[in-house]
Amino acid sequence: MNQKTNNKKAVSYNKWGYIFLIPFVVVYVVFQLIPLFTTIYNSFFEHYRSGLTQIGPNFVGFDNYKALLSQGDLLIYFKNTMIMWIMGFVPQIIVSLLLGAWFSDPQLRLKFTNFFKTVIYLPNLIMASAFAMLFFTLFSDSGPMNSILINLGILDQPFKFLSNTWSTRTLIAMMNFLMWFGNTTILLMAGMLGIDTALFEAAEVDGATSTQIFYKITLPLLRPILIYVMITSLIGGLQMFDVPQILTNGSGDPMRSTMTLIMYLNKHLFSKNYGMAGALSVLLFIVTGVLSMIIFKFTKSEND
Amino acid sequence: MKKKKAKGLGIGPRRVIAYAVLVLMVFLCLFWFYVLFVNSTRSNGELTRGFSPVPSDNFVTNWKNLMAGTLPVWNGLINSAIVACLSAILSTYFSTMTAYAIHAYNFRLKKAMFTFILMVMMIPTQVTALGFVQLVTKLKLEDSFVPLIVPSIAAPVTFYYLKQYMQSNLPLSLVEAARIDGSGELHTFNMIVLPLMKPAIAVQMIFTFVSSWNNYFIPALILHADKKKTLPILIAQLRSADFLKFDMGQVYIMIVFSILPVIVVYLFLSRSIVGGVAAGGVKG
Repeated sequence: MNQKTNNKKAVSYNKWGYIFLIPFVVVYVVFQLIPLFTTIYNSFFEHYRSGLTQIGPNFVGFDNYKALLSQGDLLIYFKNTMIMWIMGFVPQIIVSLLLGAWFSDPQLRLKFTNFFKTVIYLPNLIMASAFAMLFFTLFSDSGPMNSILINLGILDQPFKFLSNTWSTRTLIAMMNFLMWFGNTTILLMAGMLGIDTALFEAAEVDGATSTQIFYKITLPLLRPILIYVMITSLIGGLQMFDVPQILTNGSGDPMRSTMTLIMYLNKHLFSKNYGMAGALSVLLFIVTGVLSMIIFKFTKSEND
Repeated sequence: MKKKKAKGLGIGPRRVIAYAVLVLMVFLCLFWFYVLFVNSTRSNGELTRGFSPVPSDNFVTNWKNLMAGTLPVWNGLINSAIVACLSAILSTYFSTMTAYAIHAYNFRLKKAMFTFILMVMMIPTQVTALGFVQLVTKLKLEDSFVPLIVPSIAAPVTFYYLKQYMQSNLPLSLVEAARIDGSGELHTFNMIVLPLMKPAIAVQMIFTFVSSWNNYFIPALILHADKKKTLPILIAQLRSADFLKFDMGQVYIMIVFSILPVIVVYLFLSRSIVGGVAAGGVKG
């Protein structure tokens, strides 16, 4: 923080603080805040299209929320989203912790770390929709993966990856894993490098093994970063859209088992059911809001 | 879990395990793209016969077929490039400005403003999409790039990163010195602050460019005319077309076409990108 700049001069310049904030504030208010309020406003109205006739907008109070919560759909899609997030996140955090520990371990002296880091971060930058399209073609019934697995003698006949609930979910989770473990590794590694090396040296002098050092020193000190990673990943998981949308062509097949919350929202937006879309958005807003408050609290207490 | 097995192991075996896992991860990351590039060189006939790891010679033919096809790929590329480039420039310029306002000046709402931006940082754009689309419709900005570019001016995450960087890399004494020399505030910002922030701005430019390039959700809600569509929307269109009728070689080429620019950029700038990710962690 800038310590008390000389007060007299500062006074006359400080109006520039406001001036420089204008672009941000104007754009934020117009493109984020107003839409947020109109979204909330819409959630209290019955407003959709039935065939060619426009129904509403009629004020219905909390009816949209009631409908949303009493129909089983929301729960199913929430469950799908969470299952696929967990299936991707668990391997992601394990692999990232391992790789982060190895990269930051001075004893191990790994070579080519820059190459490895570059490669594992690469999938994060790939267009998610193109990546999903690629997996769709690779894992289609007569696609290259089936051809490879048959040639290797692992399969006798083509496996219908995209007609089976768990294989489809696994593919989506795997894509999410591939796209995000590099990012997590780099974050965790930065955290691990920030730990005072004197702690490690002291532990070594006392005869601790590398396993003990990892569990007794590294992990506890990484806790804030781990929580940050987990909650940001959870918020990202709730937003899961591109990959399942493209992979299943928006259907969430097989049997809506890969339909996520945002895909559901997208459906309402495209069918112009504004009331339901509004209610769903507000629920998502509340959940992500609570989650980001937790992060906010954490980074705040780290600061002080 | 592997760590447990390594208990008490010497450096040598641990190193072997580390390399083995790393090589496996590299394989998992690159394998799909290898298959993609090989398959993009093969004709539809060759592709239906099953996978072969050796590239063939149909890359150019596939390319020509794609260009002659019905998908407006060049338009898509140009549209994506316009949106992503302008977003990256506007977002970083104004985020630096916002960060500078909070960093360099003392005013009454400073703390409140900073707290507000941090609080809204994690709120996903999807939850305001409904109101956003309605607003865009009301302003008659459908099929325009404005609603995809202008909102990037208010980018809390970019702001936060630049603010952190400023804290350790922009001495206010320089700003003071410029004032004494009679430089106006905006002039100081453009001529002194921006150049000093170059490394951080470059990193954020790349991130904004990539996320805008890859963005699918919002553009799909706003762009309807074929000529205006960006690459992710064309990919979705390709997916929803009955793909068996398609020439699979073209499908692969299309995927290559949409991810190649980012890969090329990454190959040149990977070091600063990876460094930028590390610096963007939760240090502050």
